Amino acid sequence: MKLTLKIWRQKDASSKGKMVDYSINGIEGDMSFLEMLDVLNEELINKGEEPVEFDHDCREGICGTCSLQINGEPHGPDRLVTTCQLHMRKFNDGDTIVIEPFRATAFPVIKDLVVDRSAFDRIQQAGGFISVNTSGNTVDANAIPIEKHAADEAMDAATCIGCGACVAACKNASAMLFTSAKVSQFALLPQGRVEATERVQNMVRQMDLEGFGNCTNTGACEVECPKGISLENIARMNREYLSATVEG
Amino acid sequence: MGILDSKVPSGPLAEKWTKHKNDINLVNPANKRNIDIIVVGTGLAGGSASATLAELGYNVKTFCYQDSPRRAHSIAAQGGINAAKNYQGDGDSPYRLFYDTIKGGDYRSREANVYRLAEESANIIDQCVAQGVPFAREYGGLLDNRSFGGVLVSRTFYAKGQTGQQLLLGAYAAMNRQINRGKIQSFNRHEMMDLVLVDGKARGIIARNLTTGEIERHSAHAVVLATGGYGNVFFLSTNAMGSNVMAAWRAHRRGAFFANPCFTQIHPTCIPVSGDHQSKLTLMSESLRNDGRIWVPKHLDDAKAIREGKLKPTQLKEEDRDYYLERRYPAFGNLVPRDVASRAAKERCDAGFGVNKTGEAVYLDFAAAIQRYGKEEALKHGIKDASENEITSLGKKVIEAKYGNLFQMYEKIVDENPYETPMMIYPAVHYTMGGLWVDYNLQTTIEGCYCAGEANFSDHGANRLGASALMQGLADGYFVLPYTIGDYLSKDIRTGKIPTELPEFDAAETAVKERLQKLMSGNGQHSVDYYHKKLGKIMWDKCGMARNAEGLKEAIEDIAALRADFWENVKIPGRADAMNAELEKAGRVADFLELGELFAKDALDRNESCGGHFREEYQTPEGEALRDDENYKYVAAWEFKGAPKDAVLHKEELTYENIELKTRSYK
Repeated sequence: MKLTLKIWRQKDASSKGKMVDYSINGIEGDMSFLEMLDVLNEELINKGEEPVEFDHDCREGICGTCSLQINGEPHGPDRLVTTCQLHMRKFNDGDTIVIEPFRATAFPVIKDLVVDRSAFDRIQQAGGFISVNTSGNTVDANAIPIEKHAADEAMDAATCIGCGACVAACKNASAMLFTSAKVSQFALLPQGRVEATERVQNMVRQMDLEGFGNCTNTGACEVECPKGISLENIARMNREYLSATVEG
Repeated sequence: MGILDSKVPSGPLAEKWTKHKNDINLVNPANKRNIDIIVVGTGLAGGSASATLAELGYNVKTFCYQDSPRRAHSIAAQGGINAAKNYQGDGDSPYRLFYDTIKGGDYRSREANVYRLAEESANIIDQCVAQGVPFAREYGGLLDNRSFGGVLVSRTFYAKGQTGQQLLLGAYAAMNRQINRGKIQSFNRHEMMDLVLVDGKARGIIARNLTTGEIERHSAHAVVLATGGYGNVFFLSTNAMGSNVMAAWRAHRRGAFFANPCFTQIHPTCIPVSGDHQSKLTLMSESLRNDGRIWVPKHLDDAKAIREGKLKPTQLKEEDRDYYLERRYPAFGNLVPRDVASRAAKERCDAGFGVNKTGEAVYLDFAAAIQRYGKEEALKHGIKDASENEITSLGKKVIEAKYGNLFQMYEKIVDENPYETPMMIYPAVHYTMGGLWVDYNLQTTIEGCYCAGEANFSDHGANRLGASALMQGLADGYFVLPYTIGDYLSKDIRTGKIPTELPEFDAAETAVKERLQKLMSGNGQHSVDYYHKKLGKIMWDKCGMARNAEGLKEAIEDIAALRADFWENVKIPGRADAMNAELEKAGRVADFLELGELFAKDALDRNESCGGHFREEYQTPEGEALRDDENYKYVAAWEFKGAPKDAVLHKEELTYENIELKTRSYK
């Protein structure tokens, strides 16, 4: 396969970036999208140029490190996959592919395609936990039965990998899907209910402080989420937030 | 016992840990506030340790190379976590878990450590449930269990195929609670470049800020290394791209002994290599071997026809297939331990029976399971005389419910539908049992330098059982280190803050900067990956699933030559004082180029076959591993002496007071 790549290059956080064209040959369908970028980088290094910086780690779709806006879509055209699981067989010979970093005020670019997603960490730090000590002196794991349905729903919410695709997909750069997934996981479990009120208030406050936009229910986040996190979580968070406000 | 004192407490096995906890010194809460601890790595071991240490009142600084602690590679563990809860009432107990782990490890781990692990395992599940980890449950609301290879009970707890993710997010949440309280300062996108020793004690680290390239000094009263395994020395492995040995290797160079480096786990069920572009390998969970049957064609000409695309596996008649695990190991069949399954696959492929274009793949076939479940479902639903199509469709639904996410992952990568045609799998490097030598307190041979999780050598002997890595990481971090490190720190309550202006910090920082400069000044033709791939090929060919003295000797020389070439010629673009992924890789590969040589030396020195270490010279006539307890029942702990080939061997003799040594048989 022969491809034309249009890639965002930016020296560092304070420099201005621009799109740069590259053409690349010999790409096979079995390669992952990131392996295609490996080939490009190897060529650039051999030519004495600086390779394209991009975030990646596990390359099996679970760590949430890889990002990339590919032809305008977070993680590219395929559904329910991260960029590292996107394979080149989804593209055709002669295609032009536009590759940009995730765009959001709260995700400043560090270099080329690498963005700073530490805002997500700070949202979790504000309340994304259950306040129990980790010394192990707790009740037996089976002491509190949990309805299978609730446990499964909590698990579905908990599969969020924190990649930021929801923010990148949203025209408002809202982090509602991300934040609501954690709020939901704990709100659905008896262990997490105890401090549910405080949690939702703290996490939402931090989310707003970080400069993420508001939710206007377009549902783009759900479509682009590589883990299929449901919009229902946002509804649940809104409910939790409202009742927390009423409770004061 | 010379310089290697394992510090195993006296007394009966089952009472050692409790007695030890009662005997060791504590630090009072007010004094804990004056003590700093550095934790490098934020996976299950590092994340859980830092959360508990901070909760106890110590000031903790965590370091990870990822952009968030939540991305450490523990996140990728699929199958589950073992715990001797005996919820199924199938006769499980801490003793049984202990016994299975020692036997699975082929009698090369320390009894007291393994027993403690088994003892703490139940505690982990209680703790994680309290933290909101959404484990799978039954309809009655209680926790569900599944079964894993090499054992006869059902003791594995799981959260779909993402158990590692859920446990890590639990530890990350516990960390976040402490970050929010100001008790943990987390330094992300930071890499430890060196360990700083003051008066022989670990007192800090030199770190590189990977965003700015800045070199930083951080001091503490103790340093915990929880930086995972070194599987990436093989270039291709199931590890994350960034997984590396740098922190452990830097500590090794400063005096920490490196134990059993040749004990590496090669996991039998991974997606095979598809071409030269391959950057990493993907695991297919061991749980698949519950229902999948492993086979290759019985006849060489069929295998050839399949490789050439002239024949489909589904066209091959039952009698023309060789279910080689069921044939060789009738008792355990497809559920033999990982090392045995991997070697058997290699044996068939080496003999010419491989089924993909490279000849390095075997089939994992679900057709029989689909039929079996289909018939069962038809009966359950009262369908009489169900047609073949109906049975197949019902059976596929059962398989989908059990393994749907794995089948989807396979299809995305290979572009074949595993419901219709058998999966192709091949062994791949997955886990390293070897690591820094630690005593019972998890302290390395450097005072004040502790090591937890996969990075240490302690619990899995020569082969790790499935679902035990998560257990060890969390036991070390939540429940072991917080006690044992207190004993050491109780002597430090009057020390005061460790200044970073000490000459030892100056020297370490200068050495780090010079090393980076040297890397940047290479003027050759080849990228870091070029060298890493070459190293990987040497390791896989000569230190992989089967090793022999001749090959290992060659490997030692080849790696030394490659290392010299690397330092002379590696080509790294960009600058050292900015974000530079190539420079990060170079530093890691430089250390792999030293570790690889020690790995080969260790494998050459161990003239026996045990667990994941298979020396071709030492096998039974049937091709099974031949252990030598008389001469090799020890931990090989290597002391750094300037070059890997000059490393000095120290032996920790293993004593088995509670378990009788037997030849492992799964036949």
